[in-house]
Amino acid sequence: MTPWIVANLWLIPAVPLAVSLVILSLANSRRKGAAALAIAGQVAALALAIAAFVATLQAPNCPPHNFTWFTFGENAVRIGWVLDPLAAVMLVMITLVSLCIFIFSVGYMATDKSFTRFFAYLSFFSAAMLGVVIANSLLLLFVCWELVGLASYLLIGFWIHKPSAAAAAKKAFITTRVGDLGFFLGMLWLYGKSGTLLFYDNGHGCIENAALLSLGASATSIALLIFSGAVGKSGQFPLHVWLPDAMEGPTPVSALIHAATMVAAGVFLVARVYPLFSLGAIAGVTPSLTVVVWIGVTTALMSALIALAQADVKRILAYSTVSQLGLMMVSLGVGGVAAGIMHLIAHGFFKALLFLGAGSVIHGCHEEQDIRKMGGLRGLMPLTFLTYSVGMMALSGVPLFFSGAWTKEEILHATAQWPASRVPHGLMLAGVVLTALYMTRQMIYVFFGPRRAASARAHESPPVMSMPLIVLAICAIGFSVVLTPAWPWLFAYLSGEHVKFDLSRLIQPMLFLSLALVAAGIALGIAIYHKAGETDPLEQMQPALFRFLQNRMWLDEFYDRTVIIFSWTAARVSDWLDRYFWDGLVRAFAGIGQLFGALTTSLDEHGINAGVDEATANTRGLGSLISAKHSGQIQTYLGAVALGMLALLILYAWLT
Amino acid sequence: MTPTLTSFLAVSAALFCTGLLAALSRRHAIFILIGIELMLAAANLNFVAFWRFGPEPQQITGVMVAIFSIAIAAAEAAVGLALVIAVYRHYRTTSVDKLDQLKG
Amino acid sequence: MSAVAFVLISILTLAGALAAATLPRLIHAALSLVVTFLGMAAFFFLLGAEFVGLVQVFVYVGAVAVLIVFTILLTRRDIEKDRGFNWSGAVIAIAVFTGLIWAILRTPTLAMVAPQIPPLTVRRIGEVLMTGFVWPLQCVGLLLTAALIGALILVREEKR
Repeated sequence: MTPWIVANLWLIPAVPLAVSLVILSLANSRRKGAAALAIAGQVAALALAIAAFVATLQAPNCPPHNFTWFTFGENAVRIGWVLDPLAAVMLVMITLVSLCIFIFSVGYMATDKSFTRFFAYLSFFSAAMLGVVIANSLLLLFVCWELVGLASYLLIGFWIHKPSAAAAAKKAFITTRVGDLGFFLGMLWLYGKSGTLLFYDNGHGCIENAALLSLGASATSIALLIFSGAVGKSGQFPLHVWLPDAMEGPTPVSALIHAATMVAAGVFLVARVYPLFSLGAIAGVTPSLTVVVWIGVTTALMSALIALAQADVKRILAYSTVSQLGLMMVSLGVGGVAAGIMHLIAHGFFKALLFLGAGSVIHGCHEEQDIRKMGGLRGLMPLTFLTYSVGMMALSGVPLFFSGAWTKEEILHATAQWPASRVPHGLMLAGVVLTALYMTRQMIYVFFGPRRAASARAHESPPVMSMPLIVLAICAIGFSVVLTPAWPWLFAYLSGEHVKFDLSRLIQPMLFLSLALVAAGIALGIAIYHKAGETDPLEQMQPALFRFLQNRMWLDEFYDRTVIIFSWTAARVSDWLDRYFWDGLVRAFAGIGQLFGALTTSLDEHGINAGVDEATANTRGLGSLISAKHSGQIQTYLGAVALGMLALLILYAWLT
Repeated sequence: MTPTLTSFLAVSAALFCTGLLAALSRRHAIFILIGIELMLAAANLNFVAFWRFGPEPQQITGVMVAIFSIAIAAAEAAVGLALVIAVYRHYRTTSVDKLDQLKG
Repeated sequence: MSAVAFVLISILTLAGALAAATLPRLIHAALSLVVTFLGMAAFFFLLGAEFVGLVQVFVYVGAVAVLIVFTILLTRRDIEKDRGFNWSGAVIAIAVFTGLIWAILRTPTLAMVAPQIPPLTVRRIGEVLMTGFVWPLQCVGLLLTAALIGALILVREEKR
């Protein structure tokens, strides 16, 4: 079983890709068919993912399946796929979350004109993301990485009639492209140094021992370059600016891309090439990992603060995603790779749940997205409220039943043990409080309190939309079973350690600390916001700070003034150069050609033509001279004939 | 002294040149025709003389040519004179000096 | 063959020819031409081609000379004298004569005496005409027809 699934791992992304192409060829009116096809494709992918997962339970370390893609000269470019625990959990999470989102979209996008196109793009995205996960070659990963970027561009800008959506899609693509440039350079450097781009290749892979030894000091630079790709894709500071704008896309898109999958790709990448980062670690600390930690810390805190001042329900969740991703990066940086991945998986479930819940709220409030206009939806949309609370508690880290708590606790545990500095640990603790705070704020504004403008006509969503919510909520809760320290099954699975059931490990200082922090955060939130009106209480208390946070710390404007201006100026200079300098050169050359032409023309006209005219005139003169001899007198003619005859006669007589 | 072939040829040559003289030096169109007739006659004489003095008298080719030549000369004289009449009618002149439309 | 006859006939013929070429009046020239033709016929008789001589008399004297006289009649002008004698023509004629004589005299093989030949019968001429020369005969017939028609057309009155 194992070798079969490893060799045919490519089926998992291939099925959604094929589905996507088929849907693209369908007519716009075939909505049911398109949706059914997409969901069927996703179910098939899920089934295969589960099969792969089961296979890794039996044999965690199956060798990867590599083959030669093409050869150039004497070199061969080899690619392949690998099935290890990391890939297996990602596969299951992605396919399951995608399936829920697909089903949700059937209801959410029911009134949209481009229903079929949506499902085609969704399937395409799913295929690309799955390709990123199974890739055993950095090249294949990069290719699928770019395809993911393309799919996200298509999906963010899905509503093509909205100029803001188009601008957001462009911003997303270009910002991630900046990161991808670093990724590409790192990839080239790595290929140059190690001669291969395969990850695992019987000891010859680029992150295996032989290659790592040959890298030496350049490992840090390569790791940081590859990390820049992750920074772009996962929305870390300073390339986070695209993520909140990407909320212009439909809510299922936000759920899929910016909660569960695409942004997770960056974290996944760091986990994948971790040996590069951890090369030459002294007590688990290397320069590249330190950079990762500090960027993660900055991102996490910054976006948590900004989330506190946002009024759009999806934007709050977007900044929350950025913050959580920062947390995951911190975890990876301090050495808690398994913890980080666990949080990634859990986050995938509950963030998707939260986004879909927000989508349900938006749909129910008739496309209203401002939380200050909602309120008291608890009674009107009970199912949404219930599932949303599950998500909120998971995110905030309410312990025991909610998966987010355990994973967050593991991360805090790891950061506490980082030898380089204790500051990240402290800041992450503050982050926990802030997370609870802003989520409580959102909950109170949307579901509690008096009913404001939009909630007047609110209604519960249809079952096709609420069923996925329930499934995800169950996953969020159920997942915690495998996450508890009492039975750290997933941790053991990911890190390869042996698992044992030990209830005593439930009782730990860290657990109590996080419980206290979460409670403090929720309490603070209730205290501040429970009487909140149309204006935010924080705005009333600290208007300057609030405005600073509300405007996203003016970072977008800063980029506008610097980077954008720079590239705009460069474009203008290039245009000027092209228009006047190069064009001028070309025109000069053309002028030379024209001069040449004029020269030849005049030569032809005066030289050759004149000569020919002269010749013809002379011939004509000669002709008229001779024809003048024709007097018309026949006797003259006869005389000439006679003389000619005489001449011939004499000639003949002489010769004989 | 019997006449040799040379003498006949000499007479024929003299006749020919007289004809040429007539054709070249007179202005009247009919004189040209007269000259042509004389030339043709000289040629006939040549043919018959060569037959007479030739090695094979059974081959009477020379005589036959002379007969045909006479016939043709007659036809040509008829046509030529008809031409002269036609030209006279049109141009009112028989002087060949005046008939120079081929000029240039 | 008699030398005396030869000399006499040649003098007659040449005199007539010269007269035909040089006489100022046209009708005199035409009549001298008749004399020349008769001299030619005599030559043919001398050479033993009697039939040709007779044909000569019939055709040339009987038809051609008469034609010439008629044409002179039809193209009469008030002044019958033809003035103007082109001396360059005489020069050319004398030059040609000189050349011919020179060519004749420098060929010694031509100085031969008339051999004895069987007399040429009309029967013989007729035989040859109908066998070897039948095609030229037909062609000449065609030619004469064409000449006849042509002459008729040429002298037609122009349509006004």
